[in-house]
Amino acid sequence: MIDKIRRLPAYARWATYATIGVLILTLVQELGQNQTSHLTATSTAQTALKWSIPILLAGLGGLFAERAGIINIGLEGMMILGTWFGAWGAFNYGPYWGIVIGAIGGAIGGLIHAIATVGFGVDHIISGVAINILGPFAARFLSSEVFTGYQGGSVTQSPRVENVDKFTMPFLAGGYETPNFLKWLGDKEIPLLSDIGNILRGILTQTSWATIIALLLVPISAYVLWKTRFGLRVRISGEDPWAGESQGVNIYRYKFIAVMISGAFAGFGGAFISIEMSSIYQEGGTTGRGFIGLAALIFGNWRPGGILAAALLFGYPYALQFGDFDGFASHALLLVNAIALFGVVIWALRNDKRTDAAIAFVLGSLSAIWYFVSDTVPDWWVKILPYVIVIVVLIFFAQRLRMPAANGQIYRRGQT
Amino acid sequence: MNSSMIRRIGLALAAPTAAVLFATIASSIFLVIAGSNPFTAYGDMFEYGSRLEIQVDILNRATPLYISGVAAAIGFRMNLFNIGVEGQYRLAAIVAAYVGASVSLPAFFHIALILIVAMLVGGAYAGVAGVLKVSRGVNEVISTIMLNAIAISGLIAWLVREWQAGGTVDATGANLGIGTEPIDESGLIPNINSWLELFTREIGKGKELTGVLLVAVAVGVLYHIVLNRTRFGFDLRATGINPFAARAGGVNDKRMVLGAMVLSGVVAGLVGMAEIAKLGRFNPNFVGNLGFAGIAVALLGRNHPGGIAIGALLFAFLDTASGVLQVTGSASREIVFIMQGIILLAAVIAYEVVQRYRIREEARMASTLLAGEAEE
Repeated sequence: MIDKIRRLPAYARWATYATIGVLILTLVQELGQNQTSHLTATSTAQTALKWSIPILLAGLGGLFAERAGIINIGLEGMMILGTWFGAWGAFNYGPYWGIVIGAIGGAIGGLIHAIATVGFGVDHIISGVAINILGPFAARFLSSEVFTGYQGGSVTQSPRVENVDKFTMPFLAGGYETPNFLKWLGDKEIPLLSDIGNILRGILTQTSWATIIALLLVPISAYVLWKTRFGLRVRISGEDPWAGESQGVNIYRYKFIAVMISGAFAGFGGAFISIEMSSIYQEGGTTGRGFIGLAALIFGNWRPGGILAAALLFGYPYALQFGDFDGFASHALLLVNAIALFGVVIWALRNDKRTDAAIAFVLGSLSAIWYFVSDTVPDWWVKILPYVIVIVVLIFFAQRLRMPAANGQIYRRGQT
Repeated sequence: MNSSMIRRIGLALAAPTAAVLFATIASSIFLVIAGSNPFTAYGDMFEYGSRLEIQVDILNRATPLYISGVAAAIGFRMNLFNIGVEGQYRLAAIVAAYVGASVSLPAFFHIALILIVAMLVGGAYAGVAGVLKVSRGVNEVISTIMLNAIAISGLIAWLVREWQAGGTVDATGANLGIGTEPIDESGLIPNINSWLELFTREIGKGKELTGVLLVAVAVGVLYHIVLNRTRFGFDLRATGINPFAARAGGVNDKRMVLGAMVLSGVVAGLVGMAEIAKLGRFNPNFVGNLGFAGIAVALLGRNHPGGIAIGALLFAFLDTASGVLQVTGSASREIVFIMQGIILLAAVIAYEVVQRYRIREEARMASTLLAGEAEE
């Protein structure tokens, strides 16, 4: 069956995976006697999507850099620049310009990374770490110079800024005073179908245009990287720059442009945090989401669709924290984890990977036992869940992932 | 001293000097744009930094920075990026503070226990990333970043509440607020004011020079010895320069990765000790970001024990001396953050350029030597 799914076209494959995911959530909900309806609630889906966007944008940013062979661990620093410039732009010129200016701020970070790594051949990790240190420092200095002069601003935060306009899908989610089909479906309380309806309604209701643009960047990135001449040249820079060089491609130029696009995406992600999520620039507002984006890139196997899936997966536990006052839904996640891990056991056994199967079985059992002996989980568990997922996923799949062949190597023109 | 040696030393100093000079000029431009006079600002900082009490503050700040720098450098020497010092030292500090508060021992054993617990916790937490790398091929950059987040937003946030000393009141009756139980006096590393006062006048204003400075010096000396005088250090450097050659030479690379990672974590565990000695406990205001600053300091000092010390002192001077800018109002103190960031980036680039130049020079010298031999 798995092979059959694999042979489907991309959209059908992803739809199948998503349905399986919702099916698991539904099953867990039935087991929890509907105390856990929060798992597939409309509001949860809405928040989860919102929380996924910065991670998605950071991941897509990482995609461009690493497809061009430049490891970009500086995404976090570029994202921080994006939060500052985004808020500054939004305060002075409105939210749309805020996003553009945030992206430019991130691109400046990308430019610095490109100058160091491409121009001077500095180790990518070292330059990235330096940018992660420079980013918050620069934001601090800029705030002390600029925001302290504004009403309601200080060294650590900006005044409030406006959000981007929102969009609700007509007919499906009842936008523009049309019938609300998905609400009707959700109210029917049919297992699975109503859950899917609720989730879709969350995604299609009151969606920010910034979210829609960010989601559109997924197919656009795929198209640019795999269907255009520019993308081919970016990818040859990451797979085998010397081969590209022999064909007359100016590798330096493509690496430079790709790293700046990378910074711009991360900056967009940062601006999204300031403008759409907190309506304010706050020091430390990224809370490491640039790093999570990097993890999404790896988890997504350096592909746009995979990055989107990873971003949604990481955004979901964040969203679950909100409105889950009794902690039942977070608790139910333990069972979801267990089911997923037992899935890994089956996968590992089919591929004759005994160690993997054993590790997954132990982790899955622990998760299941924890679920059955407790009624709630402490709040810190949900907070660390995205990070734990990253590590657990890498434990099983680190060897199977394929990054661009020349990723992280220092390329100097004319030297092999 | 022959001319080639002078050249070598000159080249080694060229990069950091150029970086600091570049950063000073760039920061001056920022200051002028912001409407401040750079000369007054720098003058204020140097005047302030020349006072004995402020120098004590600088040393106190440089101490954890140095230890953190060495922790990062141990990994860097073999191209192993332990980004996780941040999480390792904070986790080590809270556990050490808890254990230290739950026993009462004679001073020597009490202090030793706290230091050992901190080292064990730091080493064990870094070891997780090491095990993941050698057994499952998980990249240490990603795993240590994730472990940082797990430690800081998960484990520590939980432990602080779990080990909360309920509304403890100190001897003067002041409420201590949130945090772990206070450690007995015997567990606190004493200040070493008397040592410094052998050379200087009496230290005023109640400033205390942290005794952890001695620990930092010991860490630096041990780092130098282990790296340059032991088999492990040799293997470590060999793996860093050329992992394939090292493996061919019989180095067990998996054991090296694990060993270096754990050692890095052990040192990282000591980073928070100065703060523990000062506060006598762990609380939510515990000093942060020392892990990332340590990476910067290690990069600045090229992973060399002496270089890291200079880097730590430089950053500590900037952090501390900038405090005066708020008082005199000659510039906003955040300018030193910009300076630190630019120094770091400029130094990293300058090292790379000098390194290239040196390789080219050596190749040129070798070729002239060979040409000379051929003529004979």
